[in-house]
Amino acid sequence: MCATCGCSGKARLRLVTAADTAASLARDEHGRDHDHDHGHEHDHGHEHEYGHEHDHGHLPGEDRTVVLQRKVLARNDDLAAENRSWLADRGVLAVNLMSSPGAGKTTLLERTARDLAGDLAVAVIEGDQETMLDAERISEAGCKVVQVNTGVGCHLDASMVDQALRALDPPRGSVVVIENVGNLVCPALFDLGEAARVVLASVPEGADKPVKYPHMFSRADLVVVTKTDLLPHVEFDVARHAADVHRLTPNADLLYLSATTGDGLPAWYAWLHRRLPA
Amino acid sequence: MHELAIIEGVLDTVTARLGDAKITCVRLEIGALSGVVADALRFSFDLATEGTTLQGASLEITQVPGRCRCRACGTEFSPDGMIMLCPCGSADAEVLAGQDLMIASVKVA
Repeated sequence: MCATCGCSGKARLRLVTAADTAASLARDEHGRDHDHDHGHEHDHGHEHEYGHEHDHGHLPGEDRTVVLQRKVLARNDDLAAENRSWLADRGVLAVNLMSSPGAGKTTLLERTARDLAGDLAVAVIEGDQETMLDAERISEAGCKVVQVNTGVGCHLDASMVDQALRALDPPRGSVVVIENVGNLVCPALFDLGEAARVVLASVPEGADKPVKYPHMFSRADLVVVTKTDLLPHVEFDVARHAADVHRLTPNADLLYLSATTGDGLPAWYAWLHRRLPA
Repeated sequence: MHELAIIEGVLDTVTARLGDAKITCVRLEIGALSGVVADALRFSFDLATEGTTLQGASLEITQVPGRCRCRACGTEFSPDGMIMLCPCGSADAEVLAGQDLMIASVKVA
């Protein structure tokens, strides 16, 4: 369930495979209420035990205090831990890819899927509020993809990723990139069970994003500056950006690339290979 | 505006634990580094609890200050905002406190 921004509706999940043609996807667009039930059995439980409260003889009419000391996001965190363990058991690398809308997440993934075809199996969980557009792009690039539409919600949560992972059924030694909803605020708070958090910052957005959205950048394991082919045309202080990133997250890696020209992509691919479970 | 999602997380936890019991007060502990704004939580609380066992409950929020330890020199310090900059100049710090969002306790009628 995604409740950010008041969403109370259930996220919709759809599996798109490379075998799906553009035509069938186009037809499907008119039947978005026809959610497919993949019906996979979950091999780990999601039930969490909560202790039962007992009355300890408080006086009638007097409110009793019940100490909880429980994290507000504990249910999400528990489920994220289960996702993490499920992925580790399968030897799958999951990456939570986050950025503002339009920073180039999908473009980078399309290019990555094409370049790494035959070398590294990449599957994608696409998070968007609406539409199958990104899933279609990823699918056309030859990648297995599950689209999660969050409705009005503006981030993915561990429960959505749990369902999507089971639908994807990623093979051992593969990479699952979870493309979060384009948003530099809310996704920062929700652990999905990923092994690494990757935040994209595109050159045309300007160099001030890390200091403006510190919660997002301070939890990043890798920051990728995208659209570097535009550096000669727009103002982007590379040194200042790097200094701000490292003040927020001193141990994060920092890469620069252009998915259009291909500059810097080998370092991104090497980073993915390095992070694969042994 | 993820504060509404946070309140819904509170609702889930409290009702999972206490069922139909009428709640009269919720006490939260909000870390200064948690990324959640207390005023926004208060704003969301009445909205999100309407029609639930928490409707009409008072909301008490305690702010927990951020606390870090420098990995370079070992000094403990209070960060200024989200920048964990130690007085020694290193930004490589471990967060000791202030990241959590906790439901400390509730009062049950």
